[in-house]
Amino acid sequence: MPRYGMVIDTRKCVGCQDCVIACKTENNIPEGYNRDWIVTESHGKFPDIQMEIRTERCNHCSETPCVSCCPTGASHIHDVGGVVLVTHEMCIGCKACVEACPYDARYIHPDGYADKCTFCVHRVEKGEKPACVSVCPTYCMHFGDLDDPNSEVSKLLQSRKWHVNLPDAGTKPNIFYLV
Amino acid sequence: MNSLSRRKFLKISGATVVTAAALAGSAKTIVNAAESFSKKKGLEIIPSYCDLCFWKCGLLAYVKDGELWKVEGNPKDPLSNGRLCPRGTGGVGAHTDKERLKSPLIRKSERGEEKWVEVTWNEAFDYIAEKMNKLKINYGPESMALFSHGIGGSFFKHMMRAYGSPNETAPSFAQCRGPREVGFELTFGDVVGSPERTDIENAKCIVLIGSHLGENMHNTQVQEFSKAVENHASIIVVDPRFSVAASKAKYYLPIKPGTDIALLLAWMSVIVNEKLYDVDYISKYGTGYEQFTAEVSQYTPEWAYIETGIDPEVIRETAREMARYKPATLVHPGRHATWYGDDAQRSRAIALLNALLGSWGRKGGFYVPYSYSIPKYPYAPYPELKKEPLDNPNGKYPFATGEQISTGIREATITGKPYPIKGWFIYATNLIQALPNREETIKAIQNLDLMVVVDVIPSEIAGWADVVLPESVYLERYDDLNASPFREGFVGIRQPVIDAPNDQKPNWWMAKKLGEKLGLGAYFPWKNVEEYLDTRLKLKGHSLEELKKEGIIKGESQPIFFEDGVEPEFLTPSGKIEFYSNQLADAGFDPIPRFTKHPEPPSGYFRLLFGRAPVHTFSKTQSNPLLRDLFSENELWVNADLAERYGLKSGDKIKLKNQDGVVSDPIKVKATERIRQDCVYMVHGFGQKSRQLRSTYKKGASDAELVTQYKTDPLMGGTGMSVNFVTFEMEV
Repeated sequence: MPRYGMVIDTRKCVGCQDCVIACKTENNIPEGYNRDWIVTESHGKFPDIQMEIRTERCNHCSETPCVSCCPTGASHIHDVGGVVLVTHEMCIGCKACVEACPYDARYIHPDGYADKCTFCVHRVEKGEKPACVSVCPTYCMHFGDLDDPNSEVSKLLQSRKWHVNLPDAGTKPNIFYLV
Repeated sequence: MNSLSRRKFLKISGATVVTAAALAGSAKTIVNAAESFSKKKGLEIIPSYCDLCFWKCGLLAYVKDGELWKVEGNPKDPLSNGRLCPRGTGGVGAHTDKERLKSPLIRKSERGEEKWVEVTWNEAFDYIAEKMNKLKINYGPESMALFSHGIGGSFFKHMMRAYGSPNETAPSFAQCRGPREVGFELTFGDVVGSPERTDIENAKCIVLIGSHLGENMHNTQVQEFSKAVENHASIIVVDPRFSVAASKAKYYLPIKPGTDIALLLAWMSVIVNEKLYDVDYISKYGTGYEQFTAEVSQYTPEWAYIETGIDPEVIRETAREMARYKPATLVHPGRHATWYGDDAQRSRAIALLNALLGSWGRKGGFYVPYSYSIPKYPYAPYPELKKEPLDNPNGKYPFATGEQISTGIREATITGKPYPIKGWFIYATNLIQALPNREETIKAIQNLDLMVVVDVIPSEIAGWADVVLPESVYLERYDDLNASPFREGFVGIRQPVIDAPNDQKPNWWMAKKLGEKLGLGAYFPWKNVEEYLDTRLKLKGHSLEELKKEGIIKGESQPIFFEDGVEPEFLTPSGKIEFYSNQLADAGFDPIPRFTKHPEPPSGYFRLLFGRAPVHTFSKTQSNPLLRDLFSENELWVNADLAERYGLKSGDKIKLKNQDGVVSDPIKVKATERIRQDCVYMVHGFGQKSRQLRSTYKKGASDAELVTQYKTDPLMGGTGMSVNFVTFEMEV
């Protein structure tokens, strides 16, 4: 049973938003909404500045406040890869999960349900990479099985320094940022 | 004009076909509709090449049940390697943009008032042809000028040459990369070209001077830059703004704007004085080296410090860093190079620094590109030109060769000298944002008897036209073949993947139909563009059918570096790399670049700098719903301390007033540590004022509107535009 995750190389990311647009066309996300986004963090005083650029989305956490708070069971963990999904038909749009997510990764779709990144599970199950990973012109994104020690993502985590977002939230996120 | 879509058209029964075809303006519509994409069920994946910028990446369009779903890179394409940039990925929005031009328009009130009558294609062509024929009789065919950007202009270029005009230009020379091409050609005897012949992926040291790769998304270059970062290339970034590229750099040099030549001279002096140059390369291929060293050795890092503000030790260290990795050190030539009016000389200084490092023609520097040349269509010879082009009378700018000066044609349109220009035909270039000093552009327009604009959206320049012709977007049309010079020769096809939603037409169709009305039918012997393309491809032993399948045909790979067997060739007068340029000396210019001080902003004013965002191209993508959704208005970058002094916070709206009293539209402040205090910065292409384009109307501010001053490059007529100063107008 794989545990899907992403390893993103912040050294290579230029923040171009190609991942955001690819997600929008792949998944037909309505205007004004997006499942992934870019964060640019800079520190220091000109001209001595450190800057990290990251592409962010649902962390497909191993500990999932968004699932445990869901009153209908719409928010759930998929039986493949530990991917966190929402069954649109079961969702009543109560926003409990939107509030519970410390990463602000969910929004209410104009059709009334909570929506978020699916790791493009429809592609992954066909052996393809998520849309964002497959379009990235800097090749900064990697997707794979974190439980397989021989996967590309596992090897990158073994060989490079990395961090996760909000480690103190206790969510055990499955997206890792190489520094 | 009825804007009956093809989809609706198909639903109408056969009995009404004749009426519908008449409404659509052409019997040809029947043929197109019969082959319509909208009939097809299931998923189709069709290769083509992109038009969101001029890079022309190969793509695969996914069409599901006759609807355009998404666009991805074509893995067979050497430019995209199967990955498009965000604009290319957002290409779907070019097709779905609801504000597109839908039918031909003829102006019904004063120029610029944007009041129109919808007409049929036939009426539009009759109107244009009558005016063009009159101009030909009264003033000669040379009184028409073509402004054209991108490969889509190729059929109009053909039409204008057949008509008899020598005047054809684009802002891409005198407002963009012209100085770079001239500076490199003077030095190495060849231009950098497009795509740039830079071997970024193999470079061990990359120097970017004002070039902001990563924000500037020329796809192949960004992909290669990312590889270089992964390979731990040493990156040196020189920029008044802490760019994205600067965040990847080992050395960031926060240079004072306008002083780049001083830095380049100091770097060269260190390399010369410490004997760090490529001795063999220079002795084999160089000439004038002694005069060059005698001159540049005087420019110490301490001297440059006073001008640039860069620590002399950093200048020394970075010069040594470049030399350490030579010849795999790439001092990138940049692309938009029209900054201060001495840009050809700055570009020549960049070329000379590369020459010292031996990087031209070498791995990790500049490769020798190949084109998969496809023979031209065997047209009848064009009529003999009666007049020379008038963009550069008497060779006023002696090194403006190869391409024409757009602003020269504008000037001639205003003065009527050396002969009158009475008609502008404008294809896919928004001259309102592209040319400096908007007032001069409008003054020239007011002198015209005919102005035609071909565009996909009601752009600002379209607002000034007499006739507007709506073009189908790249995903809906064929264009000419793309055989860009690159690492390997290849040819790519642009082919329609989806129907145009309304009565938009491809450029080749417009050129042929209008050409026929002008009595130039003999120059359009092909029945349609497929026949034209197939004829060209067959002359090379291929066919359209073959190319349409995968979208790309590649030539044989050949060596691209001197060390791999390419015979070095320098097409300069001396046949060598010219460290000292007799050409320049003979024309009365500095044979070796020199630094001249540029005026600095007066107290309370800041130099206006502009650049690119990854999701937009020029001023042509702002209405694309996918791209607009992520970047709908630009911001003014203001140094955080400076902002605090003025009581400005991020998100506050202010206006800018320039040295000539021109006031911008309101723009949001981005208070940031990432820029110097003597300049401000915005992304180009915003603050548009086309009333037909509601989604972009006055969104953000226009840098171009504030560029009332420009400094003309005496070598080649380029317009240096980073010479404008602005102050803050707090009351909005």
